[in-house]
This record gives sequence, C-alpha cells and structure tokens, in this order.
Amino acid sequence: MKQEMVDRIKNDPDFTQLVRVRSKFAWTLTIVMLVIYFGFVLTIAFDPSILGTPLSSGSVTTVGIPVGIGVILSAFILTGIYVRRANGEFDELTRRIKDKAKGE
Amino acid sequence: MKPIIFLLLGSAGIFAGEAISGAVEKQPLNMSAIIMFLIFVGATLAITYWAAKRTKTAKDFYTAGGGITGFQNGMAIAGDYMSAASFLGISALVYGQGYDGLIYSIGFLVGWPIILFMVAEQLRNLGKYTFADVASYRLRQMPIRTLAAFGSILTVVLYLIAQMVGAGKLIQLLFGLDYEIAVILVGVLMILYVTFGGMLATTWVQIIKAFLLLSGATFMAIAVMAHYNFNFESLFATAVQMKDVSIMSPGKLVSDPISAISLGIALMFGTAGLPHILMRFFTVSDAKEARKSVFYATGFIGYFYILTFIIGFGAIVLVFQNPQYLDLAKQAVDGGYPILGGDNMAAIHLSHAVGGDFFLGFISAVAFATILAVVSGLTLAGASAISHDLYASVIKKGKTDGLMEMKVSKIATIVLGIVAIFLGIIFEDQNIAFMVGLAFAIAASANFPILFLSMYWSKLTTRGALLGGSLGLLTAAVLVILGPTVWVDVLGNAQAIFPYKYPALFSVSAAFIGIWFFSITDSSDEAAKEREAFEAQYVRAQTGIGAEGALEH
Repeated sequence: MKQEMVDRIKNDPDFTQLVRVRSKFAWTLTIVMLVIYFGFVLTIAFDPSILGTPLSSGSVTTVGIPVGIGVILSAFILTGIYVRRANGEFDELTRRIKDKAKGE
Repeated sequence: MKPIIFLLLGSAGIFAGEAISGAVEKQPLNMSAIIMFLIFVGATLAITYWAAKRTKTAKDFYTAGGGITGFQNGMAIAGDYMSAASFLGISALVYGQGYDGLIYSIGFLVGWPIILFMVAEQLRNLGKYTFADVASYRLRQMPIRTLAAFGSILTVVLYLIAQMVGAGKLIQLLFGLDYEIAVILVGVLMILYVTFGGMLATTWVQIIKAFLLLSGATFMAIAVMAHYNFNFESLFATAVQMKDVSIMSPGKLVSDPISAISLGIALMFGTAGLPHILMRFFTVSDAKEARKSVFYATGFIGYFYILTFIIGFGAIVLVFQNPQYLDLAKQAVDGGYPILGGDNMAAIHLSHAVGGDFFLGFISAVAFATILAVVSGLTLAGASAISHDLYASVIKKGKTDGLMEMKVSKIATIVLGIVAIFLGIIFEDQNIAFMVGLAFAIAASANFPILFLSMYWSKLTTRGALLGGSLGLLTAAVLVILGPTVWVDVLGNAQAIFPYKYPALFSVSAAFIGIWFFSITDSSDEAAKEREAFEAQYVRAQTGIGAEGALEH
C-alpha cells in the first residue's frame, strides 16, 4: 500500500469511526468473557462449596451444573453477538472505506 | 509450611487428559472396528487423490487455495481441537471425578471468543500462510521468522509426540494391533494426506472426522438420556448412588487462585498461539469468513464438551460397576471397580453398552480417524514453518518460487512424519503427560505475545520481539522442567523447585515485560522505521485492503 493511500484512509472519518467503535466493542466483549471465566474459576478456587450447593433441597443437581453450562453457552453467545454486528455494521463501514480508497 | 503442591488430576496436571499414557494391554483384534476404519481410510485417500489434483501452487498447498467457507473452516477448527485424547480424556475425567471434567473443558473453550475479538480478523488481513507472516510484517524477517518458526516447530513436535504415543496405545487397545505398527500406520497415512493433498485434503479429513465424532457422541448422549427420560436429575441421582455425592461439585482440579489464573492464561493465550489452529485462518477468503469460522467452531466445541459431560455421567451409570467391563484381574489385586483398559476407555465401553458391537466398532474407528486428522494438521503446520518461514524467508531471503517452496514443504512433511514415528516409538514408555502442557505454555509465552503486540502495539521493534519472545519461551520451558510435572513426576525428585504446575502467569508476563522493555529502549534507526511502518500495517489489518483474496478461477 502506498503512503498516500494510507494517509487518505487514515483521515477518512469512516475509518476513525470503524476503528473506534470496533475496538471498544471487541474489548468490552473480551472483558465480559474474562470476567465470566475468571469469576467462575476463582469462585471455585476460593470457595468450591458455592457451586456444590444443591439447586433445591433434596435434589442432587448442584448450582454448578447450570453455571458451568451457562459459561459454555456464554462463550458461544458472545461470539454470536460479535459476528452479527461485525458482519453487518463493521463490514458496511469497511466496504465504504475500501470504495473511497479505490475510487479516487 | 510446606508449599502446597497442587493435586490436580493425580499428579500430572490438567493437560494429562490430553495425553493417553501409561501401560495398556493389547486387546484381541476388533474386526468391525477395523472394517469401519478401512472404509474411513479409503474415503480419505480418495479425497486426498481429488485434492492432489487441485493442489498446484504453494497457496493451494498451504491454504487450500483460500476458498474454504466459514462453516467448513469452523468444523475443521473444531476437528483440530477435538482430539481423540480430549474425547476420551475428558469423558474419562467426568467418569472419574464428575464435575471437575466440566471445569476442565470450559477452560479449553473460553480462549475462542478471545481469539475472535482480538486476533482472527487481523490475522486474516495481514497473513498469507503462517502466523510468522503477521509477526514479521514490519519487523526484520530473519530473526523474527526464525524465532516464530522455532516456537511453531517446538509446539508442533511436543503436541505430535503426545498424539503419536496416544495413538499407539489407543490402537493397541481398540484394534489389537502392535504399538509399533499402529504408530507407523498413523505416520504413513499422515504423510500421504499432507504431501499429496496439502491443506485441502487435511481440511476435508478434519471436517469428515469432526462430523463423525459429533454424530457418534450425540448418539451416545441421547442414548444415555433416553434411559432417564431425558431427565438430568435422575441421571445425576443414579450416578451419585453409584459413586458418591462429591461428583456433583468442584473437587481438586482448581485449588488455589494463582494456579487458577495461570491455568486460565495458558489455555486462553495458548490456544491463540497454536500454529496449526492459527494457520486455519488463512484458508478462508476474508475477514468475514474468518469470523464465522470462530463462531461455528465455538458452537461445535461447546456442544462437544456438553456431550462429553453427559457421556462421562453415562459411563458412571452404565459402565462403572458393570461386570461386563470390569477388569477382574486388577480388581482382585487393587479392589474397587477398575474397568478394562483403564479410565480412558470409559467412553469406548459406553459405546458398547448403548450400541453393541457395531457401535463400539464405529466409535473405535472414529477415535482412530480423529488421531489421524489431528496429526495431519499438526504436521502441515510444522512443515509450513520449515518451508515458508525457515527455507523461503530466512535461508533464501524470499528469493525462491512457490513451486520450490512447496517441494521443500513436502520434504519437510515426510521428514516430520518419520521423526514423529521415531519419537512415538522412543517415548512409548516415557511419562509424556507434561508435553501438551508445555506446548500450550510455549504457545502462550512466545507465539502469542509476539503476534498480539505486532498487531496492536506501534512501538514494537525487532529487538523487543526477539529478546522478549525468547525470554518467554525460555521461562516457560525452564519453569515446566523445574515444576512438579517434570522435576517430580519425570525426574523423580522429591520436591519441585518451582511449585506451580502451570507457569503461564509468570512466563507470559516475562514475555510481555521483556518485549516492552527491549522495544522502548531500542533507539536504533531501524527501530524508528519499524515504528513508522505500523500505520500502514494497521490500516491493512483493520480494513483488509491489500490482503490476499481467494483463488481466482
């Protein structure tokens, strides 16, 4: 890529917008995932009995079962949320940036 | 006070589930399994033949021409991740320790969203064939590629040894073949797939196997649940009666905060630094397909882990204490309820319990197919590091053509295959449980920090990446050797010098700090140029302008 093209794209407000919005979104989701996972393992490390509590009195199923399955589902849902937005909004912005960069 | 030595899964640590080791007994020849396996081999060789005709250029060889769809790639990534050892190992862990098996599998899953949010798109936009393309994008090719290739080859070889030894033992158990014959068979088939069919064959072998494995595991889970009218409470209640109530809550898997964090870092960053996984992002046409790959892969892997959890509990209720699967000779000596072939066979016995001889043969054949597919992906990644990074970029300094590079790659595949066979035989009776853990530690401490900072940090310089990355690699290796898994379990010392099993917290920090320090103190002219070049790289990473598209027809 030539330097003038780099400069042109860099000064494109759409590019600034794309980078700002996407980084914020990606970091937010990363932090959500980290909090969920480390929250889960640190709960186990500090007090395993929390997840070992029965769901209701008399049941053998513990709180840990739905929580664990929930962590697995959360990973899938978070990737889904990101892909949905990226494939729509972010790709649209990228397409506009590319068109402008090629057009001139 | 004596430092707490963390009792995780016996003494080998969490990654032991990824490696099948220990003495196994050869079983009688299993004909239905062998026939089904031969069908699989026949079909995959036909695919290899088909792929070979379409593999003409280096781009075809390394990336299947870049025309794999997001869904296919997601399936192939899931296939790379769902090794035989993780299928049998995780279900064995659930079978043995209940809830801890779930904690274990969750750790392996949560790296995926992070890969999507942080590296997947940039990787696709910047790289061509290997992750070293990205790491060395604006840095000096020679040193950075050498380090990245070294990190890749080391990771691949460690992983490969664990897989080969696992393959030999598993095949002895499942098919009744000799260990050496099994290892040679795996090595030869893998060489055939990779040298002739390149990435295209490797990907389709992986997709087919992932489909078979997911179907088989789904059938087992449904069969187990059908016994209990799809009521989890009654499944768990029966399992608790068979064992005891401790299987429903966290046990000894994660026992202190430092280990918990260190393990989490190893799994997350390690996954994001595995060369055979990273390479898959170059097989799709653009960033959009790269994203979709991770979405599907996360779905398949998550689903697979939920299945293995049900399968583990299914084995507790249907295999544990079932006289049919009991190892009577062992029970006479040790008491308890040992099953034939050891805990790793829990899922295999369950397949027999729910589907008879025919289904047992099917699952055994799938397990073998799984090993083949995983070692093929690993070998291709290792061969690419040798041909694309070391040969073409370091030795020939970019002055070579694609055909020559591809030729070197094929030679490297054959050499790696032979090396893998030899190492598989040498390590048959060695304690190899630490190897996958070490592979993850190195991937997390050397490959990932360089890759990540090259994408995000404008001030990174060659000196910083080289010294910091090497520091991470060395720290990881030294701490694993001084830690309980090697110092005590392999070398037989009484007490470990470094008390933690997972060094990632320390070695990853060392890498990041090292890279930061040696970069900011680098005031050479070259460093200034490298910082300047970040802008152009960043624009490309964000937009994909200039990235290689799919093969034009």
